Amino acid sequence: MSGEHGELPVAARVRRLEERLIAAGLATDAELDDILERVFTSASPVNGARMVARAWKDPGYRDRLLADGNAAAAELGFGAGARGYLLKVLENTPAVHNMIVCTLCSCYPTALLGPSPSWYKSFAYRSRAVREPRAVLAEFGFELPDTTEIRVWDANSESRYLVLPLRAEGADAMDESELASLVTRNGLIGTAIR
Amino acid sequence: MTKFAAGARVRARSADPDGHTRLPRYARGHVGEVVEVRATWQVPDDAVRGVLRAEPVYAVRFPAAELWGSGSHTVIVDIWESYLEEAP
Repeated sequence: MSGEHGELPVAARVRRLEERLIAAGLATDAELDDILERVFTSASPVNGARMVARAWKDPGYRDRLLADGNAAAAELGFGAGARGYLLKVLENTPAVHNMIVCTLCSCYPTALLGPSPSWYKSFAYRSRAVREPRAVLAEFGFELPDTTEIRVWDANSESRYLVLPLRAEGADAMDESELASLVTRNGLIGTAIR
Repeated sequence: MTKFAAGARVRARSADPDGHTRLPRYARGHVGEVVEVRATWQVPDDAVRGVLRAEPVYAVRFPAAELWGSGSHTVIVDIWESYLEEAP
C-alpha cells in the first residue's frame, strides 16, 4: 500500500534527499520521476537475457557485444538504460568463469539485470565474493571444476558488468526467445551457470 | 596521456584517506597488473568536495594470493591513476 510505504523512515529520508538535490539545482522532480518510471517499467533481466540469446545465435553480435557493451545494448533498444556508465561484457568459457560484485556499494547495470537482489547488496556477498568466490558459488549450488579460473570483477558507478554465460547445449535447435528464457539474473551476475 | 600501459605492474597506495575514496581497502598496498586503460574520469575523492579533476582510470588485476595470502582466483578493480604507483 502506497500510504503505508510513505510512513517508512527510509521513504522520508529519500524524500528529504530528493528535496536537497532539487534545491541545489542538481535534479528536477520530473527527471527523478522519469528515472524511477524507467526503472520500474523497463529495467529487467529479460533485457540482458535477450542480449545473451542474440550473442549465442549471432557471432557478429557476440563480437560487437564484447567490444562495446553500450553500443550492443543500444542495438537491441536498451540504449537509454545503458547510458551514463561503461558497460563491459564478460564472456564465460570452460576455462574462465566471470562473476561480478560491487564491494563499495551495489553498482550493476539495472536496466539490463533488473533491480538488484538483496543478497547482491549484502555485506556478506560484497566482502566474500572477492575473497572466496568458489565457496560463495557453492552456496548458490553452483560447483565449478577446479581447473576453471575464476575472475571476480569489482564494479563501480562508472564501469558496470554483464556476464555472457556459457552457450546452452542444443542452442542451434532453439530460437532466440527460447534461448533467452534459459538465462537468469544470477547467470548474468555469474552466480549461476546461465 | 596515461602513466601506465596494459601489462604494467602497479602498487595501490596504502594510505588511508580521511574522506571518501574509491580505492577499496582490500587492494591497498598490493601489487597488480594493468589489464587496460578504462577512460578518463573525475576523481571521486575530489568530486565529493566539489573539485572536478579528471584522470585516467585503470582496470587492475590482482591475484587472490597477493590480496589474501591464498586462493587461485583473480580480482579486477578500477583504480584511479593517483591511487597507483609503479611496482618494481
